[in-house]
Amino acid sequence: MDLQSLWVYLAARPLSALLLTLLAYQAGLWLYQRSGRRTWCNPVLIAVLLLGGLLKLSDTDYRTYFEGAQFVHFLLGPATVALAVPIYRQWRAVRQSIGAIAMALTCGSATAIASALLVGWAAGATPAVLASLAPKSVTTPIAMSLAEYGGGLVSLTAVLVIVTGILGAMVGPPLLDMIRVRDPHARGLALGAAAHGIGTARAVQESAAAAAFAGLAIGLNGLATALLLPWVYALFSY
Amino acid sequence: MLYWITMLLLCQWLGELAATASGLPVPGPVIGMILLLAFLLWRGEEPPDLARVADGLLDHLALLFVPAGVGVVAHLALLRAQWPPIAAALLVSTVATVLVTGWVMQRLARERD
Repeated sequence: MDLQSLWVYLAARPLSALLLTLLAYQAGLWLYQRSGRRTWCNPVLIAVLLLGGLLKLSDTDYRTYFEGAQFVHFLLGPATVALAVPIYRQWRAVRQSIGAIAMALTCGSATAIASALLVGWAAGATPAVLASLAPKSVTTPIAMSLAEYGGGLVSLTAVLVIVTGILGAMVGPPLLDMIRVRDPHARGLALGAAAHGIGTARAVQESAAAAAFAGLAIGLNGLATALLLPWVYALFSY
Repeated sequence: MLYWITMLLLCQWLGELAATASGLPVPGPVIGMILLLAFLLWRGEEPPDLARVADGLLDHLALLFVPAGVGVVAHLALLRAQWPPIAAALLVSTVATVLVTGWVMQRLARERD
């Protein structure tokens, strides 16, 4: 068997994509740790760049890659359910500040939608791109169904959601330091509201309290966005 | 351990069922999270085996976003054509959302104390 057909054979195996995904992420994690856990050295970003580059170089179709990578992707569902555990651990704190949480998330969600639409529109985004941008701060499954509802491109939304998550995890902690937000509950809520699961993964490294509030923010921000967005779409169609 | 993995999947499944049946734009896993939280509150304690499964999944939460993120390669042409508005919107909106949410939450939490 020559090298070319060996490559073609291996690239089509789901095991290859799965293995490469785990390797690329661990390479990202290693670099992140080597950098002294700098937020700009985001492991998801590194893994996506490595894998995307590899797919481009080897001219492999994304669907072929996803055949294997879907096993990792599938775990997003059970992991979202598992967020109930850190929330339960912080339940007393959550109950005490339920009003503040609702207020902060409503403001955050409205800011996320309005600023994405206004800036995108002013900079000349097409309507389909705008509808894909609007739900970018919420977790992937909610964002995709909202984009579809608004006439966006569902798979583009998935990508924009991930990019937003990476961006939020990178700029979030230094921004919060800058405006002196030190309360772990506020930090977690901000990271979860702006950057969903990737922000939460970042909050997990700050503290258990931040992680719980970030997890809570994913669910509640999804809910707030799902409730707000249809009104915004109606407003924009005039 | 296996019991709690099954429980996570059951919560998700029930969540998907509820989401489909009600037609709400809330995804199944988020409803599943609420179901598991309700179960934990009803039980009043955290089973150690569930904690191990949940922490194991959540320790590597970021990894789970990699496959969807690689989907960027399928949109390179569109991104090349529309990158200035997309980049501007993502950057401004992410910064604004972090600042507004964190600031409002800390202010309200401080007022209460």
